[in-house]
Amino acid sequence: MPKLTIDGVEIEVDPGVTILQAAEYAGAEIPRFCYHDRLSIAGNCRMCLVEVEKSPKPVASCAMPVGEGMVVHTKSEKAVKARNGVMEFLLINHPLDCPICDQGGECDLQDQALAFGNDKGRFVEQKRAVKDKYMGPIVSTVMTRCIHCTRCVRFIDEIGGVAEIGATGRGEDTEITTFLEQSLTSELSGNVVDLCPVGALTNKPYAFTARSWELRKTESVDVMDAVGTNIRVDSRGGEVMRVLPRLNEWINEEWLADKSRNACDGLKYQRLDQPYIRRDGKLQPAEWSEAFDAIAEKLNGVAGQKIGALVGDTVDCESTLALKDLMTALGSANLDCRQDGAAIDPSVRASYLFNTTIAGIEEADSILLIGTNPRKEAPILNARIRKRFLAGGVNIGVVGEAADLTYVYDHISDSADALSKIVDGSHPFAQVLKDSERPMLVIGMGALTRADGAAVLGAGYAIAEFTGMVSGDWNGFNVLHTAAARVGALDVGFVPGEGGKDTQGILEGASSGDIQVVYLLGADELDTAKLNDAFVIYQGHHGDAGAHVADVILPGAAYTEKNGTYVNTEGRAQLGQRAIFPPGDAREDWTIIRALSERLGKTLPYDSLEQVREKLRETSPGFGHIDDVAATEWEQFGESGSIEASAFTYQVSNYYQTDPISRASRTMAQCTQDFVMGKTEKATGTHG
Amino acid sequence: MLQDQDRIFTNLYGEHDWRLAGARSRGDWDATKELIHMGRDWIIEEMKASGLRGRGGAGFPTGLKWSFMPKTETGRPHYLVVNADEGEPGTCKDRDMMRFDPHKLIEGCLLASFAMNAHSCYIYIRGEFYTEASNLQIAIDEAYEAGLIGKNACGSGWDFDLYLHRGAGAYICGEETALIESLEGKKGQPRLKPPFPAGVGLYGCPTTVNNVESIAVAPTILRRGGSWFAGLGRPNNTGTKVFCISGHVNRPCNVEEEMGIPLKELINKHCGGVIGGWDNLQGIIPGGSSVPCLPKNICDDILMDFDSLREVKSGLGTAAVMVMDQSVDIIAAITRLSAFYKHESCGQCTPCREGTGWLYRVMKRMVSGEASLEEIDMLEEVSYQIEGHTICALGDAAAWPVQGLIRHFRPQMEQRIKDYRDGKVSRAA
Repeated sequence: MPKLTIDGVEIEVDPGVTILQAAEYAGAEIPRFCYHDRLSIAGNCRMCLVEVEKSPKPVASCAMPVGEGMVVHTKSEKAVKARNGVMEFLLINHPLDCPICDQGGECDLQDQALAFGNDKGRFVEQKRAVKDKYMGPIVSTVMTRCIHCTRCVRFIDEIGGVAEIGATGRGEDTEITTFLEQSLTSELSGNVVDLCPVGALTNKPYAFTARSWELRKTESVDVMDAVGTNIRVDSRGGEVMRVLPRLNEWINEEWLADKSRNACDGLKYQRLDQPYIRRDGKLQPAEWSEAFDAIAEKLNGVAGQKIGALVGDTVDCESTLALKDLMTALGSANLDCRQDGAAIDPSVRASYLFNTTIAGIEEADSILLIGTNPRKEAPILNARIRKRFLAGGVNIGVVGEAADLTYVYDHISDSADALSKIVDGSHPFAQVLKDSERPMLVIGMGALTRADGAAVLGAGYAIAEFTGMVSGDWNGFNVLHTAAARVGALDVGFVPGEGGKDTQGILEGASSGDIQVVYLLGADELDTAKLNDAFVIYQGHHGDAGAHVADVILPGAAYTEKNGTYVNTEGRAQLGQRAIFPPGDAREDWTIIRALSERLGKTLPYDSLEQVREKLRETSPGFGHIDDVAATEWEQFGESGSIEASAFTYQVSNYYQTDPISRASRTMAQCTQDFVMGKTEKATGTHG
Repeated sequence: MLQDQDRIFTNLYGEHDWRLAGARSRGDWDATKELIHMGRDWIIEEMKASGLRGRGGAGFPTGLKWSFMPKTETGRPHYLVVNADEGEPGTCKDRDMMRFDPHKLIEGCLLASFAMNAHSCYIYIRGEFYTEASNLQIAIDEAYEAGLIGKNACGSGWDFDLYLHRGAGAYICGEETALIESLEGKKGQPRLKPPFPAGVGLYGCPTTVNNVESIAVAPTILRRGGSWFAGLGRPNNTGTKVFCISGHVNRPCNVEEEMGIPLKELINKHCGGVIGGWDNLQGIIPGGSSVPCLPKNICDDILMDFDSLREVKSGLGTAAVMVMDQSVDIIAAITRLSAFYKHESCGQCTPCREGTGWLYRVMKRMVSGEASLEEIDMLEEVSYQIEGHTICALGDAAAWPVQGLIRHFRPQMEQRIKDYRDGKVSRAA
């Protein structure tokens, strides 16, 4: 353990630590632009220069490992002079257009210029101007502001896994650009905006809409996938202006996927802001009381087993519980949260969780992906796998269609029946898993939604047992969900009760007349044509598929408009917070169900959110451990059966549009056009 | 003055056959096997004893540098990389060595590689050197054919492969870590040090990068003994050195001379003196474009070696002596160098990327005099703001010429500004 002195403070640090890190321990703040904890060290901004005794030149502290007996001065005249000089150089060609720059108010250069800059410039020559570059629908560029720290280059290369940003030219003509000015294809591209220390790369959809100090910041949880990314919702008045990531080492580190970041404009369009009732074949605005009356009237005399209820992908646990309790009160056991019909076994909790946990991926030494494309289904989780891959010494196998996952893997087969060969040990990858200390497998929804999904799940269990994936504190069996509401709803038990119908049964029953009333709570990913003959109650926030077939619409709240609990794919319960109020007459969802229950004479036994949460904690122990993963028993599950020899198809074909919010988002529509339909917009030279 | 029998480069002017037969007749490849059999430690000790300092410009002791390579097996290959990317303006020594005496370099590569436990050596040659690359390749092929290099080189039992790689013409690729990057197929930008190449170099393996001249003199040093080399020149500045004299002299030339020869003697003996006589001298850049220029009064009695030039705040650099007589507009001359460094800055780190352009723009105004007197101080300050704050030495190289100009020719600069104010100089000047 080397001992060194920083600004007179003697500290002992681990060998290999840089001076900059050691200075942080010692409480000395060193300014930096290019250095970032999670990226490789570039050492090019030179802002972190410090004086080291016996070194003739100032030293870049971000790149210099500590040495025994080093004496470092971060505030000496020499160090301060060096830093002032660098700051002056950074500013001579920087436009200083802070009043019209979106980074203004949250700009590293601005902040550090205040601390280390001169009060006036000495540079009287012409400033450099650089042509802006097209980087796609997410990232807006003003390249004149660029200070060439190369954080974006390193991020896209190292974390994003697509080498699409680079620097052309040299000297003062160096320009950061995407290859041939094409859009960034990474699902994590929006993070370069957060990383950019100046206003060169800014959030395109958010451009020129707000100043950072006008925004109210609410810490919440993302629902665009099942990862449960921690987010900060920035709102102004009644509008969500942007979504930013929040640090959570267990889940998203400090990254945020593009859909989670930029689908928020979808919250403004296609909203259900008042109740509707279908009269004369047309949906017509109504009062809440009228809507409730219509439902009560319809339900009067309908037997409980003729009512079905389905929960969608972004619903909070409180509302799910309320709906379950209402259905039970109405005598219906026809409940399901598996809109896609995935063969998930709700009886064994470990069978539907990502047991390894996302951070646990970093400890795995072999990974088998079954019918999942994590890059599209959970980009944040995929970044963890890539991080593990970059650390070296991991074998990754894929059963399913070959796709660019941003890391090298062993493509075992397209076809699902390759699983049988791993189960019986005849495929060499079985041995790889067996020889690993910490093997893991990930089953995707693409695998479980097949007709033989139950057999695939069984094969997963068999592989986990056969290769010793579960032992001691390690559980390598994982299911990767795509719906934020799924695990929570499974924990609540929103699955068919005794004799109840599942999704398939409800939809078929609706066509055959066995089911007369269907309650859709934010459920849109269904074959809604089958619901035409039934009386459909749609409760949700967007006029999407479910609302189109509805007979009564109850306007609910989107995830930014309510306090709700969400359980991510790991089984980690987290609290989302209300950032803004729901539009118009829309209400928080559990309160709608509570109000309806009263009208139906089946009043639910809770009057406040805390009471609902109390009930949640009784239902499943996971809700008692907010932000944590509760221990889960490993039991036998799954059934053995034959697996069909056909290729897995992936659940998510268009990453950018997977739920009502992202389908309503203009930014996501633009992304879909760019990346999915393949019409990349060319830079025209006159574009903004 | 260097005696003929102490001359290492006996075909510096290409008067004789440069191919293998000619090289052998001049003593190259003589008893190379025996030298190898003397062992690794002996070679490094002899090199240390010779006091040879790197001939690429920085003057780091070569033997010491070789001894930095890991002694124990690391399981990774070691590499020797020869820096033949001779791009320093004014310098033209390596090219003549490679053109007319390529076997000296090849033999040196073998011996140095053996001393550093490297089985492979790369010569990174400047892209513009067409004839040199061609001659060198022919010489390499000859050496392979004669069994001098390749498997069991010279019958010594040491396997050695030599590759010639042509650069693409960037000055920065002459910086050792940028050269390594370029050799790896990446953009030529210097790496951060530490780690130093001796630990993590080419393809992440232990690597030593040496100048052509440092390697090419090694076989002769080993044959004649480190003490012979150390006996030439002054202490700490030993041996012989090839000087490249250009500019306003009667006969510009490359010449091998003893280290520490007086500058005046060098010019008068070998170049027929300054055009118009010594008194017509205005200033000399003694070591390639990056070292500060010296005015006549210093040139009168300065010795040409690392330490004495350092004492007058200049440097020996590559020993490219650029002579400027009274006809030269010295401000314009240094401005041209500033333009060069602005153009060749790789753009990686801030002070050099932004500072070189700033220096050049202010210098341009200094040429016409369209500036204020205070700006001379500012210019100097900016140059010190670049110096020592960059990843590689290019920042220093850009700053030094300007500093030299201000240090020694400030009156001229002030006069120019006053003249401009008085309307004596047109803007076009």
